[in-house]
Amino acid sequence: MLKLGVPSKGRLMEQTFDWFGARGITLRKAGSDREYSGAVEGADGLELVLLSAGEIPRELAAGRIHLGVTGSDLVRDKLADWDRQVAELVPMGFGHADLVVAVPACWPDVDMLDDLDAAASAFRRAHGFRLRIATKYHRLVRNFLTANGVADYQLVDSQGATEGTVKNLTAEAIADITSSGETLRANHLKILADGLIHQSQATLYASRYADWGNGARPALDGLAKRLGFDPNAL
Amino acid sequence: MALKAKARAEADRLMTAFREAGAMAVEADILQPAEVLLDLYGEDIRGRAYVTSDPLHGEMMLRPDFTVPVVQMHMADGAEPARYCYMGEVFRKQEHLSERKSEYFQVGYEVFDRENPALADAEVFALFAGLLAPLNLRAATGDIGILMAAVRGLKTLESRKAALLRHIWRPLRFTQLLDRFGGRAPVPETRARLLAALRAGESLTAAPQIGLRSEAEINARLSALRDDASAPAIAAEEVARLNDLLNLSAKSPAALAHLRDVARDMPAIAAATDRMEARLEALSAKGVDVDALDFEASHGRTTLEYYDGFVFSFHGPDPDLPPVASGGRYDALTEVLGQGRSIPAVGGVVRPGLVADLAEGAPC
Repeated sequence: MLKLGVPSKGRLMEQTFDWFGARGITLRKAGSDREYSGAVEGADGLELVLLSAGEIPRELAAGRIHLGVTGSDLVRDKLADWDRQVAELVPMGFGHADLVVAVPACWPDVDMLDDLDAAASAFRRAHGFRLRIATKYHRLVRNFLTANGVADYQLVDSQGATEGTVKNLTAEAIADITSSGETLRANHLKILADGLIHQSQATLYASRYADWGNGARPALDGLAKRLGFDPNAL
Repeated sequence: MALKAKARAEADRLMTAFREAGAMAVEADILQPAEVLLDLYGEDIRGRAYVTSDPLHGEMMLRPDFTVPVVQMHMADGAEPARYCYMGEVFRKQEHLSERKSEYFQVGYEVFDRENPALADAEVFALFAGLLAPLNLRAATGDIGILMAAVRGLKTLESRKAALLRHIWRPLRFTQLLDRFGGRAPVPETRARLLAALRAGESLTAAPQIGLRSEAEINARLSALRDDASAPAIAAEEVARLNDLLNLSAKSPAALAHLRDVARDMPAIAAATDRMEARLEALSAKGVDVDALDFEASHGRTTLEYYDGFVFSFHGPDPDLPPVASGGRYDALTEVLGQGRSIPAVGGVVRPGLVADLAEGAPC
């Protein structure tokens, strides 16, 4: 059996079902709408597992599912050395969102990362603590800021309503996902010109640590042509 | 890496040697308050240290090194001069799948002494070199103090020098800034627009003031940007001299001769070069073959940012493994942790697990 992990609700689930449907594989929830078990038609040996999108990277890394659909931002943020734990099979063309660094629009002197770095240095001297950046994408943001030589900041965890943290004085800047930028503007924030950390989209991944015996590998090879990926990517 | 018992046996042997060299053995808690370490090392340490939360004491870290607790202990109630040694596990998260351990022994030796920094530098290096001699390691040395002196000696705005000094430990960013200040990199589009708006006296933003960063802070930076834009670029020959200095890599006597030569045009480094000469003499007096000792001016620039003078490391044959031993001078750190007091300090750590591994293959 080849286990496929798919987000268990919302637009991401619907779009994933549509994407597979367009390729002749029907995925659906079994039983009632509230039940988290799935059914598959049109592909032998494929089992549907409905999971929270945020847990799919971990389940892939643990090898408890063979395939998984989730945002590329989540895989890169939750898995260290992500490409040695999972293989990226197909970008699916939906669920687009950009992870960006944003600062108050009332900072005319900060438009780029090196401005942010300079502002952080002065902020630390003036306030006695490091400039706070609210985010839930700790690994991605830290690696990005380190690679770009930004110092004197600290990350503060924000699992939701991150755009409001600056006004609420719990952070000075944020790093969050945005698709249209509307929420950022409504909260008087602007995106730094070179502040794009990652362009995320829903992606089909394969686990490098799953048990690929017992017919799982041939089942994967059988899917490759229909879904449009290179089976040797794994 | 060697089994834990072997690493511990090696650590005991090194501790004995450090005690015989006059150091007092000290202990440090494994659970350290995260705040001090975060404030000192920044967000990078959160990525590398195991952070946990204590219901009463807040965020704690599994000891990522001994330097901070040992310096804190000395600054709180240490007698002067002082020599300390310690051994125990340190913990570092590994972000990449590799052979590197996330839990390993460190054995360290630290000297707090005002009298003769060159002698103290030499004492630590010679002690390590002697103990590690059977392993035939490659030693590399450097001096962050020379780089800092060179930056301080640039004929340009204090704000530019401060920015460069802050980024000595981030070579990529340092180079970007130097290119910008030297007029070799174009002014970014966003900056050019801002400066034009400032010159024209246009309103810069209609957005409401939000957040802790005040209007006064924003205006201070705008004024600094204006000053920076009207200041002349750092002269090309000054930039070239600094780059030449950063790329210096030679045996110590040749490096010293070169620095003496550079100091004729860059008098700011003369005092730091004197200190290097004194150190080489002290090393020589302690039996170190300085003629064969590598000096790389940029050595230590990618380590944690608290060394501000002599830096050294000892490397085994496998370039993928961390250094067997490393250390350096950290005078400014004692000031940061000393709440108003400071003392010149130098020290280093050995990884006994790596020593034990290499010793198995080495004829002793």
